[in-house]
Amino acid sequence: MKGMDLFEQLGYYFTHNGLYILSQFNRTFLIAIYGVIFAAIIGIPVGIWTARHRKMSPAVIGLANVIQTIPSLAMLSILMLGLGLGVNTVITTVFLYALLPIIKNTYTGMTNVDPDVLDSGTGMGMTSWQLLYMVELPLSMSVIMAGIRNALVLGIGITAIGSFVGAGGLGDIIIRGSNATNGGAIILAGALPTALMAIIADMVLAFFEKKLDPVKRKTA
Amino acid sequence: MLLKMSNLSKTYPGGKIALANFNLEVDKGEFICLIGTSGSGKTTVMRMINRMLNQTEGTIEINGDDISKMDPVKLRRKIGYVIQNIGLMPHMTIRDNITVVPKLLKWSEEKRNERAKEMIKLVELPEEMLDRYPSELSGGQQQRIGVVRALAADQDIILMDEPFGALDPITRDSLQQLVKDLQERLGKTFIFVTHDMDEALRLATRIVIMSHGEEVQVDTPDNIMRHPKDDFVKELIGKDRLIQARPSITTVGQIMLKNPVSITPGKSLIQAIQLMHDKRVDSLLVTDDAGILKGRIDVESVDYSFNTATSVSDIMDTDIFSVPSDSLIRDTVGRILKRGFKNIPVVDQDNRLVGIVTRAALVDIVYDALYGEQHENGESEAHQDDNSESGDQS
Repeated sequence: MKGMDLFEQLGYYFTHNGLYILSQFNRTFLIAIYGVIFAAIIGIPVGIWTARHRKMSPAVIGLANVIQTIPSLAMLSILMLGLGLGVNTVITTVFLYALLPIIKNTYTGMTNVDPDVLDSGTGMGMTSWQLLYMVELPLSMSVIMAGIRNALVLGIGITAIGSFVGAGGLGDIIIRGSNATNGGAIILAGALPTALMAIIADMVLAFFEKKLDPVKRKTA
Repeated sequence: MLLKMSNLSKTYPGGKIALANFNLEVDKGEFICLIGTSGSGKTTVMRMINRMLNQTEGTIEINGDDISKMDPVKLRRKIGYVIQNIGLMPHMTIRDNITVVPKLLKWSEEKRNERAKEMIKLVELPEEMLDRYPSELSGGQQQRIGVVRALAADQDIILMDEPFGALDPITRDSLQQLVKDLQERLGKTFIFVTHDMDEALRLATRIVIMSHGEEVQVDTPDNIMRHPKDDFVKELIGKDRLIQARPSITTVGQIMLKNPVSITPGKSLIQAIQLMHDKRVDSLLVTDDAGILKGRIDVESVDYSFNTATSVSDIMDTDIFSVPSDSLIRDTVGRILKRGFKNIPVVDQDNRLVGIVTRAALVDIVYDALYGEQHENGESEAHQDDNSESGDQS
């Protein structure tokens, strides 16, 4: 590797370890996605419930906020005590961090639905279930999607750190680079795909968010 | 009786009384306007009918069934509901918006499509609009959709809560016309909340005036204009409107001069001229002994044929124009003015002469409309009693 500058080294690493990077890329992505999906499965119903029982919103959102204030490395370590090393600990951490944006955005989306629309929906004879899936959810879907987008970007970052507890993923490559002498190229080989994943996830979900915005919907 | 509300009361926790002892019976096809200041309980009443609010006391019956024993969801699907801020679903096309209730009632898709087309035709909007979204329509168009949405599942009762309050006057005017037309054509029953008296007078078959949770007066627009129950009602109607509306609700009977000068056909011309002289008039109405109007004579014809004729019946003009005493001034004024009559005899149903309308009496009406405030009280009685003026036939 002597005589090559940083970018040449990076190119060399990519060409020789391309498949390895790809498999770690997938691993990171799946860990983040699993965490966020579980968070969505729990968080969206909790958000809906909170919106229906507004008195509970300070308690629920406060709790989610407290989770958010714990540094991610500390959280990983604490969970590791219970769950041991490995992927499960990281998925659980991503799950916990993803709860806040998802609950908060679901709550906001639901409470921001025009009360006149709800009034006319109820007045026309919708049951509360019909009101939820015919009116409230479609109308708050773009806000909920924005929460999921936040959660996923956050989750990708946490997954990179998660390599410290043995979950693997792109974080492994970064750690290896930081342990090696002159490992700048290796660090980049782990960091660049991570950043790229976060940016792409953000853009794709932003697209869906826009697509689902009912107010901007037009025929043409 | 389609809708019967008895002894309705609504008290909020803390003792605030929103409605007290409200009673109203509504027949099919009526257009009821609930009107009052804010906080008068008009919206409370309306929202109780589809159980968006529950009364603390009293019952509401629809076709004899107590609605508090019905499933509110099923009840609401049978009652159309239009609110001030329209409340169209922004994420649904106009087609889906119109057919929300049919969809809840699980109509087939073809039937729903057909109904959507029918409905949009009803409000005179193009069929292409069915595939658009509410945000692409103007406010007036949106509320038109709001109105037909409430009709799409053949609801018999339509509740409207100040539906045109947020629209500009021109749009509001055309929507009022539309709603009135729909009501007359489809025979639906409307319960319409408004604070706009013009709107209520224009649309309602009966107006319920409310204040502080109580009914003040329930009557037809004409009767309310004619006999406002108290100062609150008068103020709500507005002085200007009361005066201006007078020609449109006053009947001929109210402004005519009673005891017109008349003569029987058998009398001689000398007697006729004598009577004209005594009463200072230039024409006489001719009635038979039972008071049935037969014709008229005037001083020119008496003068012209004084030597050839002897009795009133020989010269009287039998082709005369008369108006029934219960017809409206509004309809009469034009005719009197256009045809250039100096006066018009007023008859009852049996064609019996009961009075006369002179051009001077019309002048009074116009005068009152312009300067009515100074002459608030009893101007119509004044000239009815004033018989000496009945000769204003010169």
